[in-house]
Amino acid sequence: MRMLARRLSLYLVTAWVAITVNFLLPRLMPGNPVQTLIGKMTGQITTQQIQAIKLSFGIGLNQGLWSQYVGYWHQLFLGNLGTSITLSSPVSTVLKSAVPWTVGLIGVSTVLSFLVGTFSGALLGWFRGSRLDSVIPIATFFQAAPYFFLGTVVLLVFGSDLHWFPVLGAYSQTVTPGWHWNFIFSLVRYGELPVLTIVLSSVAGWMLGMRNMMITMVAEDFVLMAVAKGLPRRKVIMHAARNAVLPSVANLSLAIGLVVSGALLVELVFNYPGVGNLLLQAVLDEDYPLIQGIFLVITMTVLAANLLADIFYFILDPRTRTEAAV
Amino acid sequence: MSAVRLPRSPKVLVGVGIVAFFTLLTVIGPWLAPDNPSVTDFIPNLAPSAHHWLGTTALGQDIFSQLLVGARATMIVAIVAGVVATILSVTVGVAAGYLGGKTDDGLTLMSNVFLAIPGLPLLIVIDSYLPPSGRSNSFAIGLIISLTGWAWGARVLRAQTMSLRNRDFVEAARIIGESRRRVMLFEIAPNLLPVLASSFLFTTLYSIGAYVTLAYVGLTSTAVWNWGTMMYWAQANNAPLAGQWYWFVPPGICIALIGTGLALLNFGIDEFINPRLRSAGLSSKVRRATGLPRRPRLGFTPVARPAPRAMTGTNPASTRVGVQ
Repeated sequence: MRMLARRLSLYLVTAWVAITVNFLLPRLMPGNPVQTLIGKMTGQITTQQIQAIKLSFGIGLNQGLWSQYVGYWHQLFLGNLGTSITLSSPVSTVLKSAVPWTVGLIGVSTVLSFLVGTFSGALLGWFRGSRLDSVIPIATFFQAAPYFFLGTVVLLVFGSDLHWFPVLGAYSQTVTPGWHWNFIFSLVRYGELPVLTIVLSSVAGWMLGMRNMMITMVAEDFVLMAVAKGLPRRKVIMHAARNAVLPSVANLSLAIGLVVSGALLVELVFNYPGVGNLLLQAVLDEDYPLIQGIFLVITMTVLAANLLADIFYFILDPRTRTEAAV
Repeated sequence: MSAVRLPRSPKVLVGVGIVAFFTLLTVIGPWLAPDNPSVTDFIPNLAPSAHHWLGTTALGQDIFSQLLVGARATMIVAIVAGVVATILSVTVGVAAGYLGGKTDDGLTLMSNVFLAIPGLPLLIVIDSYLPPSGRSNSFAIGLIISLTGWAWGARVLRAQTMSLRNRDFVEAARIIGESRRRVMLFEIAPNLLPVLASSFLFTTLYSIGAYVTLAYVGLTSTAVWNWGTMMYWAQANNAPLAGQWYWFVPPGICIALIGTGLALLNFGIDEFINPRLRSAGLSSKVRRATGLPRRPRLGFTPVARPAPRAMTGTNPASTRVGVQ
């Protein structure tokens, strides 16, 4: 349990840092762009809204930084993330409709990428030095290509030219959202290409990590013993792979942040109605309350996912539990 | 131990070739460019021809020239960010690993926090507050990218430093009374070189991706030519959908290629650190020549494992890793 407690406290500190950065950034940056923005927006939005923006970014306040900070926390606990300038509705409402899309997309792709990468990495490690090794540079190439570039190419080739997959949006415009098969089927069909893009871009990391660990594992005595006992090869590979997968699982929580960063752009390419698309639109519109709200929500979601990954590791590796017993 | 003994596997050679090519392009690319990348003198939307190897943009600019000129800005930001981030990660990682105790706890917490915050959203938030002069400044952007990219290296370097700290030669240096700084700089640092190189390559790779992404999203000055702004303009003019692949694809391929080159180099360093991976990377030709089995066999590399712990001893020497 000590391991989990340590991780939890790390995530709490991280959350505090993210919130504080979010608070300080607009207040410390030279030549406050929010002020310019308000100048631009005067006449387009109500004075009440301007007042609200000024309040949340600390412009023209006679308060000290500390009391502003306390006020900021107070608003956060009330679930108030400010009001979006362009959409003129509360940031929390805007985000509520976008977050499930992103969590679904990235969750499915991360799990798929981990499974595919780990499985193929185990095989690559076992059959090292064979012709299979040529997969590695290819996978690396896909990983090195920017997510948005790969996404656009995948969209053009498989979506626009070959018409194998439907593109743009999260589901067909002809079905109404709800819990029925038509909608779920449409959801899966429209999700295929974005998921494929994220898996293609992120699979190399899992594959290489697993391969290298497997090569180290294969030289261990217990594997030799398994072979000497005459176990069928499939069983021996499983035997080694089960032990080699632990570092990959331990790295899962670190990798989530990286995958999220890239996947946000995939949403832009496929016009997926998630947080990434929203963030990039907000950047174009200079909608600062929305940008900051999205950053907070993404960070908190990633931290929660990290904690889940850590719990998974805790269940999988008995050593983390015996350590706690000592 | 020197980094010169990198394994000469085809992977490493290809990696060196690619990285050398793009480094050369960084230096001479802008001179090679046939036209000024910003000048709108030509007929818009031309397909590739002998005059314009990659055609022209919707504004009538030569795309090939943009690609050549763009190499420099892309690589400079990547190298600035890579160098700064590596300096940060060495400072934090080595200090944490060598000093231990409270310092270690604090520094490790700091790098873990930076690892846990997703990098790109943080970059976007910081960058969106930059004034236009900051967005066109390659060094400023490189610095910001390095802030979000140093933590991984620090983590790896800390682990390596901790494993070096208790080795005999470091202990010997300490016993003969060498100063802490001298031990760190002359005993430990040289042995960190492979890990350091690997972390530098990784950070540079990350920085290229981050910079290009910022440019594609429109958060760097669109007047500075780099491969990300090229794709920004291509996307803004709907080039991918209009079938103008020659506008959108070349910069993307260049980024993917340089990234692959850096990663291949990194594999070479991995093989250098972990010799077991090295024998796995040999081609069948080399295997024949050196008499190694064509198919690696089980258990043919020696395993280094801790010596059995003495029942009574608390002497750390008895638990040290012994290579058999």
